Amino acid sequence: MSQTKTNSVSYMHPNEHGYFGQFGGAYIPEMLHRNVEELRSRYLEIMHEPSFVAAFHQLLRDYVGRPSPLFLAERLSALHNTRIYLKREDLNHTGAHKINNAIGQVLLAQRLGKKRIIAETGAGQHGVATATVCALMGLECIVYMGEKDIERQAPNVARMQMLGAKVVAATSGSKTLKDATNEAIRDWINHPNDTHYVIGSVVGPHPYPDMVARFQSVISEETRWQLKEKTGSELPTHVIACVGGGSNAAGAFYHFLDEPAVQLIAVEAAGLGVYSGMSAATSQLGKPGILHGSKSLVMQTEDGQVVEPHSISAGLDYPGIGPLHAHLFESGRATFLSATDEEALQAAFEVTKLEGIIPALETAHAFAALKQMSFKANDVVVLCLSGRGDKDLATYMHAMQKND
Amino acid sequence: MTRIAQTFLNKPKQVLNVYCTAGYPQLNSTLTVMQALQQYGADLIELGMPYSDPLADGPVIQQSSSVALQNGMSIKVLFEQLKDCRKTIHIPIILMGYMNPILQYGFEAFCKKAAEVGVDGLILPDLPEYEFENMYGAVIKKYQLDFIFLITPETSEERIRKMDALSSGFLYAVSSSATTGKDKNFNEVNTYLQRLQAMQLKNPIMVGFGVKDKSTFTTACTYSNGAIIGSAYIQALGSSTDIAATTQQFLENILK
Ligand SMILES: Cc1ncc(COP(=O)(O)O)c(C=O)c1O
Repeated sequence: MSQTKTNSVSYMHPNEHGYFGQFGGAYIPEMLHRNVEELRSRYLEIMHEPSFVAAFHQLLRDYVGRPSPLFLAERLSALHNTRIYLKREDLNHTGAHKINNAIGQVLLAQRLGKKRIIAETGAGQHGVATATVCALMGLECIVYMGEKDIERQAPNVARMQMLGAKVVAATSGSKTLKDATNEAIRDWINHPNDTHYVIGSVVGPHPYPDMVARFQSVISEETRWQLKEKTGSELPTHVIACVGGGSNAAGAFYHFLDEPAVQLIAVEAAGLGVYSGMSAATSQLGKPGILHGSKSLVMQTEDGQVVEPHSISAGLDYPGIGPLHAHLFESGRATFLSATDEEALQAAFEVTKLEGIIPALETAHAFAALKQMSFKANDVVVLCLSGRGDKDLATYMHAMQKND
Repeated sequence: MTRIAQTFLNKPKQVLNVYCTAGYPQLNSTLTVMQALQQYGADLIELGMPYSDPLADGPVIQQSSSVALQNGMSIKVLFEQLKDCRKTIHIPIILMGYMNPILQYGFEAFCKKAAEVGVDGLILPDLPEYEFENMYGAVIKKYQLDFIFLITPETSEERIRKMDALSSGFLYAVSSSATTGKDKNFNEVNTYLQRLQAMQLKNPIMVGFGVKDKSTFTTACTYSNGAIIGSAYIQALGSSTDIAATTQQFLENILK
């Protein structure tokens, strides 16, 4: 019964039905068909329109501040006896990679004639990014956020509200990202005409995983020429990124997916330990299943109920991964590692002291994975610094007090 | 002839399909609820298999699903509860559920077991027509289960015809693009249903979503073969101490 036909040699594009290997597709109720079909039939055409490309790139440059720097982290490199470059998505306007996708999708929504924008958010970074772009373009914005995340990411809730967005608490299930996504999808079902749903990661029904990866691919597009300038070669030996749904990883990997010489390393949140029962390491714990409209790896019980994951970082606290990543995992194209809450915290403090950069808790997982790997002195390692840690200061302060 | 087809042959109008969640309000109340529904006048039973993330459902059914899951309901438990159901239940039983738990059970094993215990049809809202045609439809047919697609006022005529061709038993017309349990403007619904009626589809049309009492039931039935009641009944069950009495009163209010 499994659909293991791989249709193309490229990892970059799904087949016409949205499958990356056996993962993907669009498992949506009929009530969403029109919205999703409208998007599916038009996203590529719109994304290729010269006026769209121009508007997107102008905003990325003048509003977001792209290209984001590629920074050689010398003291961190010395520690690992190699060369580590940080792709500074933390310096983007609003503090994370999420804005790349939010701008792309809101521009696209405008071209589809949509007046109302909805989004889900975990850490609040995607919600802030979407609320920001909606403020910029004068669009109504509603952000669904798990009740638990509203508590632990209070600064971002305040930012969204100041930006004019309505933040709606998701009170069902685990009250985190998964449930916020359910609520956003329900909203979309109830607003079949005027609303665009800006999904914040490479998850959801086709065409979202492909569309979001394309908007985020600017990360690796820039990395290639920046590396060429700095090292003489466009290709690194390793690209490392954290994975919640997988959008910063998809963007950081994208233009290296079909370069087999480049090792791709995805880092998931192990919570209190992969097998502790309090984890979000989907590739290790998940089985093929269907969540939020696509077939992918899903953390679930034997009976197929989706489990409530755990991570200290709200942005990684999700029981699935995007279908592209499930395919990269299954095919062995990417290596999947994980870092615990504790390891992520330690790594955040370490990189802050070494480089003067306070990373987001999500990104801290990618830093923590450095310790699990061994590098050669002339390796070129690119780590996607997906966001800054301002939103996580309360958690960091709490950890400091505990260690005093 | 299938049990569902026979039902519509005997009673082509005002067919009442009532939704209930398996394992709700108590783990072992599933059959009690079904028997009460049959006794007090339901023509069909739509039995929901609870799922942690029921995307197409509103808060009431969602809540009943979490309660049922907490009670310990699963597909395995449900089939165990249903194994002798045909000794007492003679009206059609349609299982409604989401793909993920079914995939974990094993799609073919699920269809086989469903047919074995006497289930007549399936409603799987997140199984879209492409996947149905590509792989799952053949398995469903193999076990002679009816498969009921949903259509909405946004579904194009061409697509409705396709869904009609792929469905058997009936077509489930969602009264507007909405999750379950939302109030509806029935004038718009009527225009939509008249449009469907004029298409002369091969399947009977059952109207779902937003039907909650006698007046909405009667309106929904004007231009269709019948209607599906879900959230309103679940709500009644939620505050009930006597399932039979609650069901009797609920159905009498609709049918009398
Ligand atoms: C800074 C940062 N990194 C990573 C993530 C995880 O998302 P994704 O895996 O889609 O990149 C988030 C999500 O909120 C985030 O805010």
